[in-house]
Amino acid sequence: MVELIGKQVAAILGWTGAVFVFGVRALREAVRPPFELRELTRQVFEVGWRSLPLIVAAGLAIGVVLSMHTRASLERFGAEALIPGGLALALVRETGPLVTGLLLAGRVGAGIGAELGAMRVTEQIDALEATAVDSFKYLVVTRILACMIALPILTTVMNFTGIIGGFLAETVITGMSFRLYFHRAFSLVEMTDYVPATLKTMVFGFIIGTVASYLGYTTEQGTEGVGRASTRSVVLASILIIVCNVVLVKMTFFVFPEAAG
Amino acid sequence: MRRDTAVRLERVTKAFGGRRILDDVSFEIARGTAFCLLGRSGTGKSVTLKHIVGLIKPDRGSVYVEGEDITALESRELARIRRRMGFLFQNAALFDSISVGENVAFPLRRHTALPDGEIRKRALEKLDQVGLADDYKKMPAALSGGMRKRAGLARAMALDPPILLVDEPSAGLDPITTGEIDELLLTLKKRAGTTLVVVTHNIPSARRVGDELAVIEGGILIAKGTAADLDRSSEPTVHDFMQSSGAG
Repeated sequence: MVELIGKQVAAILGWTGAVFVFGVRALREAVRPPFELRELTRQVFEVGWRSLPLIVAAGLAIGVVLSMHTRASLERFGAEALIPGGLALALVRETGPLVTGLLLAGRVGAGIGAELGAMRVTEQIDALEATAVDSFKYLVVTRILACMIALPILTTVMNFTGIIGGFLAETVITGMSFRLYFHRAFSLVEMTDYVPATLKTMVFGFIIGTVASYLGYTTEQGTEGVGRASTRSVVLASILIIVCNVVLVKMTFFVFPEAAG
Repeated sequence: MRRDTAVRLERVTKAFGGRRILDDVSFEIARGTAFCLLGRSGTGKSVTLKHIVGLIKPDRGSVYVEGEDITALESRELARIRRRMGFLFQNAALFDSISVGENVAFPLRRHTALPDGEIRKRALEKLDQVGLADDYKKMPAALSGGMRKRAGLARAMALDPPILLVDEPSAGLDPITTGEIDELLLTLKKRAGTTLVVVTHNIPSARRVGDELAVIEGGILIAKGTAADLDRSSEPTVHDFMQSSGAG
């Protein structure tokens, strides 16, 4: 039993190490020409623009729900005036970045894992190499960078749509004006709340892009392998995002002590 | 090695998962000639082609392309050599996210500074040579297997490479189209001096196109020579192969 657990732990550590080396190689290759800007732009569009409807819809829904929950709690203490600020803080500091990361792990992670996996099993990656194109730079580096660029932007969109969702819920119940709501919402939010929390999503983007690209790029065993790469991309990227978030929040509090207040 | 040698394999051995796919394979292909690799399915013919383009590195032995040992090259150097080769994959391996025409234009966009109009014109010319001029805008998924194969050949020819590696060009094609593809390969060889390395099961096609034929059996090169040489072979596998009318 102990031996079995040991083997499992060794396998997990080995896999994590391989993914880490893969990601570091991508970052190293990212600063070396050629830069594949055309493909990078296409990927930013794929990852960012095409995820926008999902992020906007989720942001609005989360804003409404958070507003209702916050109201239920703060009403007991007669502190309804704090609802917009509390909601904005919760969104900007944690909910927005984490939910955006997890949603993108689902939408983009599965897509990248399946796309690269299919390209591997149908020899399209070999065809790129045979055409004298560095498939790692062309396919992997561009996707990882696209995720790292798109995540902070989408998180900002998620934050704003969440606040708008909160406003909609609030204005239906209390008739609060747009101007007053936003004044109260942003009265509590500082740059030290927004910047570190949003920048950490670049790490989430790195995780999503790296895990999904690794699983897709190294796919074996035909279409079954493609399906597995897609599913595992979502599961493993989501787990890594949740675990890394704990570490990143702790680091944020260490570097920006005011953000812990 | 002769100065006019385009490709040379020297004692190449390769195993996957403990199973030996190529065993001490050596041969030499002269510039501007057509070399046809014959053999039953799974005997290592496609693996041999992938060694020549550097997609697979041998466990032992060397692969020389135009005098350079590509097994010792770094990726940038290998890319330089690959630009001088075209490769038609067994399953065509078209990029399925872009149109057929853009597949053919892809190598031109990557490796030339030609204006967009000229690239489109050249891609169209290549598609016309394989009978797919009307299919420029179609997506690969909309093509039949044979059409995909021809589009793959057009892409392999896009940069007018001095060496063309072709994996089963007639698989999935009707006899008339097979004849047309054979004619196209012969024209490339005669007019442009292209060196052809063709993997095929189609014996009539190999007889028509190949200056030299070789038979691989169980990863071992068991015979090599002209079609007439192989016809006289006493090796049963070679004899069976040469007497078969196997097409496609």
